[in-house]
Amino acid sequence: MTLEAYADTIVPGQKRFADDRAIAGVSTGGGAVQAGALELLQWDATGIHEGLDDLVRLVNEHALAYAAERRLTPDPTVPPFVALDYPDRAALIQRLTTPGHPEKEFWVLLSLFCNMAFDSAAHLNTAQAMEDGHPGLEAMGLSMPDADGLWRFQDYSYRREFARLHPDTTSTGSPA
Amino acid sequence: MSTTAERTDVLVIGSGFGGAIAAYHLAAGGADVTVLERGPWLESKEFEHDYKLGSSYTRAFDFTVGDGMSILGGNCVGGGSVVYFAAMPRAPRFVFDRQGSIGRRMWPQAVSRDTLDPWYDRVEESLSVTRQDWNDVSYAGGLWAAACNHAGRTANPLAVAIDNTKCVNCNWMMAGCRFEAKQSLLVNYLPAAIAHGARIRPLHEVQHLSRTPEGSYRVHYNVVHDDDYRLQAGSGVIEAKIVVMAAGAGATPVILQRSEAHLGTMPRAVGRYFSGNGERLNTAIIDEAKAAELFGLDRGDGLAYAANQIGKGPTVASWDRLDGSLPEFSRYSLEQLYFPPGLGTILAQVPGATGPSWFGKEKKEILKQWTSWLTIFTMIEDDNEGVFGPPPATGNAHRISQQMLGRGNLRYEPTKNTLGAWAASDAEVKEILEKDGLAKVMPWTNDLVGAYTVHPLSSCRMGDDPHTSALDDSNELRDHPGIFVTDGSSVPGALTVNPAMTIAALAERAMPGIVRAAQSRGISVTYGAPAPDGSTSGRSRVLPLLPSARG
Ligand SMILES: Cc1cc2nc3c(=O)[nH]c(=O)nc-3n(C[C@H](O)[C@H](O)[C@H](O)COP(=O)(O)OP(=O)(O)OC[C@H]3O[C@@H](n4cnc5c(N)ncnc54)[C@H](O)[C@@H]3O)c2cc1C
Repeated sequence: MTLEAYADTIVPGQKRFADDRAIAGVSTGGGAVQAGALELLQWDATGIHEGLDDLVRLVNEHALAYAAERRLTPDPTVPPFVALDYPDRAALIQRLTTPGHPEKEFWVLLSLFCNMAFDSAAHLNTAQAMEDGHPGLEAMGLSMPDADGLWRFQDYSYRREFARLHPDTTSTGSPA
Repeated sequence: MSTTAERTDVLVIGSGFGGAIAAYHLAAGGADVTVLERGPWLESKEFEHDYKLGSSYTRAFDFTVGDGMSILGGNCVGGGSVVYFAAMPRAPRFVFDRQGSIGRRMWPQAVSRDTLDPWYDRVEESLSVTRQDWNDVSYAGGLWAAACNHAGRTANPLAVAIDNTKCVNCNWMMAGCRFEAKQSLLVNYLPAAIAHGARIRPLHEVQHLSRTPEGSYRVHYNVVHDDDYRLQAGSGVIEAKIVVMAAGAGATPVILQRSEAHLGTMPRAVGRYFSGNGERLNTAIIDEAKAAELFGLDRGDGLAYAANQIGKGPTVASWDRLDGSLPEFSRYSLEQLYFPPGLGTILAQVPGATGPSWFGKEKKEILKQWTSWLTIFTMIEDDNEGVFGPPPATGNAHRISQQMLGRGNLRYEPTKNTLGAWAASDAEVKEILEKDGLAKVMPWTNDLVGAYTVHPLSSCRMGDDPHTSALDDSNELRDHPGIFVTDGSSVPGALTVNPAMTIAALAERAMPGIVRAAQSRGISVTYGAPAPDGSTSGRSRVLPLLPSARG
């Protein structure tokens, strides 16, 4: 649940069900969680799968400290990070990933993979993910590949001369 | 004791531009050549259109996070040429007179645009480099050119190593070119080298060198697991009379650092003066209505642009600031680029964000406009401020992911010169693209993984001054005769344009000298091979081939 909340802070989505606590619900459409962030994070290919329990523990410790600092009383029925509102989750992640924070590298890495679940579905075959309506690839507007799973674009150019060439250009197209 | 060691005349480390060119000329000249390459050997049909970890998109490249600078490079037979965008401009004339912060010319006296031009000619011939036509320019390039023109600038379709008759504008160049349109080294120098007997061993990662009592070198390698590069599948040693190092600017100095215990003191400049070629990316989010209104853009189906996904890497650049009369650190080029989702998108920041700029609610909103993104790549003159720390246990990084991602020991703290140049180029991109409301622009953040380069250079550079250059002007490692470096690490500094053309030309230029060194070590080899496809027009301008023809 904590990891879901973290992933949802990176790329937020809409709640999956009415009392979905992990997802803050600040955005419409699927976010990193719906895009499969957990699946990607838990895959051993990423190399961060073994450290996830530690990251969960740590981010919850940071959340407790953050809550104390802001005099917030976190709901004890959910992990402390999940108990934070979206702006506080975001503020905490901003703090953890700021240059100079001793754990910055871990949080950047975790954020990177959460983002990749959404923007490239790195745990799925891309053509298949497109066909299955992957929320991230779809939201970004990627077009469907050809039947063989490869992309080709017949139309790719305005075919217009748009500007003057730099006067110092060689005949083969390099700076003189 | 060394009777079991394998032997070869010449051992080449890495199969990118520096490695492939050396392997070809030496093999064609008759030497016994072995190439050790850390990455896999992929065929065109293995170049997949797939972002899934473990597909060619991650197998064939490598992302090394450092402290203040991260490097993206090739990791396969063919090296960076397999994953690159094939923009192949020559470096402008003023580059060779750069001083950087050392206060005197960084380049060896022997190298200038004039002396390098014949070697550039040869590379153009070998890799079929051609100038794009406006008809070849992608929508993104066209839009960038229109914006430049609108802001009173010039714009140039780039010289590229792409066979446009085969290109389908899929924009998957970083995963390797499935359609063999990209003229990577897999279709010219490497097959020609193999035809002349060179042997290429993929998944062989060189760790260090040591010396034999006779003055030859022993090259120590690990075999890397086929799928999971974190695992090792054995190790070995090969003995060679000549070693050509071409593991790339992020790896060559690390191998040399690790070799210091065996070879003796390395020149001071090994692992210093690293340059990221001054790179930086700006993301513009195009207002589609404005693009239509200002330039009359129309893709024929009601869309003005929305074409970020379509095309082939950079096609158009603005060179107005490549003016040699301007002071150093104020010259740069601005190039339209395609950068795929995945590793990079996270670094794009939301223009005018009220909350976090690289993640979160507002970031998701700009991701939804991804097809209307236009990415501008700046290449400024940086200050060679990168320094490599102690080498990791193996290779040049501690590997985190099965493929692609690792942590290296490069430290990069940009100086005022670099920061100023970035700021000036950012301001100009903004000025051009925000004019009349065409777009909203923000540079990528350096806060997450530091600055980011796909053009690592200079970590083992050539020069005339032993204090600030690891190589002499023949690319030989100072005090270690028989070791040559021909990759991007030999280039003295940032080039203000894409570097592969210059790396390749410098490697070509180094070849006659390396052949002479090989001959003096008893290797039966001659210099004079034509371009890989047999053409010789470039060659005739390069070198008089008969002793009697020498001036
Ligand atoms: C996405 C991308 C796009 C690019 N686009 C362009 C472009 O359009 N134009 C341009 O000019 N440049 C471009 N470049 C940069 C260009 O690819 C490099 O500048 C060029 O490839 C560098 O050549 P090199 O010989 O120095 O090293 P590389 O081509 O990087 O070759 C080094 C090789 O050594 C191997 N290696 C590393 N360590 C070891 C070891 N220990 N043992 C054995 N082998 C090892 C690597 O796997 C690699 O194959 C791009 C790069 C990237 C990543």
